Amino acid sequence: MSLHTLTVAELAAGLKARRFSSLELTLHFLGRIERLAPELNAFVTITADRALADARAADEGLARGTGGPLAGVPIAHKDIFCTDGILTTCSSKMLSNFVAPYDATVVERWRAAGTVLLGKTNMDEFAMGSSNETSFYGPVKNPWDLGRVPGGSSGGSAAAVAACLAPAASGTDTGGSIRQPAALTNLTGLKPTYGRVSRYGMVAFASSLDQAGMLTRSAEDAALLLQAMAGHDPRDSTSVEAPVPDYVAELATPLKGLRIGLLREFFDQGLDPQVGKCVREAIEVLRDAGATVREVSLPSLPLSVPTYYVVAPAECSSNLSRFDGVRFGHRCDDPRDLFDLYRRSRGEGFGAEVKRRIMTGTYVLSAGYYDAYYLKAQKVRALIAADFARAFAEVDVVLGPTSPTAAFELGAKTSDPITMYLNDIYTIGANLAGLPAISVPCGFVREGGRELPVGLQLIGSHFGESRLLSVSHQYQRLTDWHRRIAPGYE
Amino acid sequence: MEWETVIGLEIHAQLATRSKIFSGSATVYGAEPNTQANLVDLGYPGVLPVLNGEAVRMAVRFGLATGAKIARRSIFARKNYFYPDLPKGYQISQYERPVVEDGSLEIVLEDGSRKTVGITRAHLEEDAGKSLHEDFHGLSGIDLNRAGTPLLEIVSEPDLRSAKEAVAYMKKIHTLVRYLEICDGNMQEGSFRCDANVSVRPKGQAEFGTRAEIKNLNSFRFVERAINHEIDRQIELLEGGGKVVQETRLYDPDRGETRSMRSKEEANDYRYFPDPDLLPLAIAESVIESVRGALPELPDEKAARFCADYGLSDYGAGVLTASRELAEFYETVVRRLGGQPKLAANWVMGELSGALNRENLEVRQSRVGAEALAGLLARIVDNTISGKIAKEVFEAMWSEGRDADAVIEAKGLKQITDSSAIERAIDEVMAKNPGQLAEYRSGKDKLFGFFVGQVMKDTGGKANPAQLNELLKRKLSG
Repeated sequence: MSLHTLTVAELAAGLKARRFSSLELTLHFLGRIERLAPELNAFVTITADRALADARAADEGLARGTGGPLAGVPIAHKDIFCTDGILTTCSSKMLSNFVAPYDATVVERWRAAGTVLLGKTNMDEFAMGSSNETSFYGPVKNPWDLGRVPGGSSGGSAAAVAACLAPAASGTDTGGSIRQPAALTNLTGLKPTYGRVSRYGMVAFASSLDQAGMLTRSAEDAALLLQAMAGHDPRDSTSVEAPVPDYVAELATPLKGLRIGLLREFFDQGLDPQVGKCVREAIEVLRDAGATVREVSLPSLPLSVPTYYVVAPAECSSNLSRFDGVRFGHRCDDPRDLFDLYRRSRGEGFGAEVKRRIMTGTYVLSAGYYDAYYLKAQKVRALIAADFARAFAEVDVVLGPTSPTAAFELGAKTSDPITMYLNDIYTIGANLAGLPAISVPCGFVREGGRELPVGLQLIGSHFGESRLLSVSHQYQRLTDWHRRIAPGYE
Repeated sequence: MEWETVIGLEIHAQLATRSKIFSGSATVYGAEPNTQANLVDLGYPGVLPVLNGEAVRMAVRFGLATGAKIARRSIFARKNYFYPDLPKGYQISQYERPVVEDGSLEIVLEDGSRKTVGITRAHLEEDAGKSLHEDFHGLSGIDLNRAGTPLLEIVSEPDLRSAKEAVAYMKKIHTLVRYLEICDGNMQEGSFRCDANVSVRPKGQAEFGTRAEIKNLNSFRFVERAINHEIDRQIELLEGGGKVVQETRLYDPDRGETRSMRSKEEANDYRYFPDPDLLPLAIAESVIESVRGALPELPDEKAARFCADYGLSDYGAGVLTASRELAEFYETVVRRLGGQPKLAANWVMGELSGALNRENLEVRQSRVGAEALAGLLARIVDNTISGKIAKEVFEAMWSEGRDADAVIEAKGLKQITDSSAIERAIDEVMAKNPGQLAEYRSGKDKLFGFFVGQVMKDTGGKANPAQLNELLKRKLSG
């Protein structure tokens, strides 16, 4: 077995046992990135010098026995996390020259745990997209089929981990941006509870929905990385002061007695039958292992897409106002006056999808429309949260597909934003309700002569990450879908 | 037609916290541009606001001092607009649910009557930076030191009926925020400023007229002038058959007039919505009670006590309680003197305030301290010097920094209370002025003053006035 196919848990153990050094490991991944990243367009910035310095420091720590829990393990960060002294672009022309002067809390914490930073991954511009095709740096390709999208917005992180260019990567999930790419690239993707992980230093898209998480090759890895990421941060007022459980220890919780709720609304006519079949087979595996399964209905859930596409653009229209060409980021040449500076800096700096959402958001917050759109959306959001709360009175987790289809072809949905938005139909609910959710590999469908991965989504109650991770881990002990690696990248 | 004016004020009081409302930057005035602005104040990508608890406690102090309701749960909202000195493209403020609502305070009108002015609300918000349009050769400079400075915006009901009432109200708030130590009240530095909403209506009409808002008035004088000018402008407009347009106007102190800044149609749509980066502001009962327990004696309470305990007039009590420092100075004088509150009041309001005003000093900068003043007044009380001589002594104390006894001793100003010495002086004056003496005795009473003056002149003003009067009267009448 080669180094790049090992999980984070295996790498951390190997490093601690000094079976290989972090420098060796880092050079190996940097070599793969150099060779394979360009065809995938997975990275915006490769931080080779920083990686080698991190690795040497980690090796010293490992030699002294003082390294953190993830000492020497290479990782990549989505290019939405500010990294001190390193370009942080959000895959936008607007920030194509922006070197962050500080580390995001997520970056700081993973670094404190001993990780080695390989680079910053490509993404949809400002995390707005479901296919990674809105990036200023061009689309990311899916390692399972280079003609298809890896999902978005954390598409670069997904492609990098799926192609074994990094053992794990961070992501952010505002409406499914971790889980959907994980599903489309055969990865485990966890979106923690809103407030579980600090948003400080994460460039904001929609503040009430954004949550940092990770894309990994196993639930165990997600547990290890969440452990290093979670917890209260005084710099983020929305981060919660709840104790952080021992996620790794709780992975052992058995499936027996688990109460699963099947989301009726997720098995609708929009679901690709092949994808549905994979999900149903996964349910049988869980049932055989002692879980009980019942159907639950969340009647307001079908309203989640329109609700999301009011709330998220509203917040984004305000959050992105700071990109005005005055203090940082793109500034147009020779502005004539203030208005010209704003108009051209923003006109040139933002791509079409970002502009569409800023305009939508500005509209729904406008005098005379606020009540009909923004306020109504917030009410529906409360109804959706209440639906979930009712469901969790009866079941431990709710379950369904992550995405209605497997990976689609590049360009297939770019001309029709609504079709693209509907791609998030199963993932958005968890964001609106602030709930933790995970996508785990559960099979493959054949399309165009290729095998394409399918994801199973589990949604938990607030701060129920432990349960989601243990269910996923136990499922991964019974299956080996997550062990499969895209042909050509093994 | 007879017109009635309706005025409401929005006062912005900069809260005297050490750090900004949502970041740890310092708030000291006058630092080098952009040296007190960190990544949060600069609105960098990824940064988040964290509320300064001290600003909240200050808002609660204000609310409790004005008998207002303190919202147990209030909301921070974003007010969205583009301007270079507004780094995030939005100002964090409070919109639908402010922290303080439904307060009031009482003002004293010119005729001595009292009037209660309603305070609709007071809310917390952050200040913007400053745009500097000079010195940059056609460009503008941005100083973000002030960006994120905490403000309490205090909105009155439209209860004010004249510019004088508006100024009285603004002064009252000014006194109050300084008593509460939540704002330094420095108007030159912009720590205390206001916008005035002004409208007029025919007397007796129930509905309000269309209002204009005059922005950024930073002195009491400007408030009065700007409002009076605006009232005249509106009445002239209406009487000429015109209409008042709802708009924002700027006061130009050089030309003494207001001019249009933007009309209602041009007004920004601020697209307020709750700031998702901040949780609703929850204020626990225990916090409110601890703030209440630490409230100082408020101006009205203090003035009432001064009337009752010291026998002062409403006017005197009002003047002496206009600032906490002045009131403390006064009470120290009375305490040191062991009584004589009226004498002390006259001196603090008279000689002391005069000297302070002359040199534009604050009470705490006074060259004659409360103890020293009490020392001087004690010499009046014990007849060492007369009130007139005391003024001379005071001037010497002020300029030389010595205490009263030292000045009296050095200048030999001690009053003559020895009757025989005064009688000798009178005899000499009478001997020197036989003509005047004859006139006086033939009925020209007015010449009494002449004799007083002559004796005083000969004694260097030191003769005890009461004794002199009595002795002189006796001797002149023969």
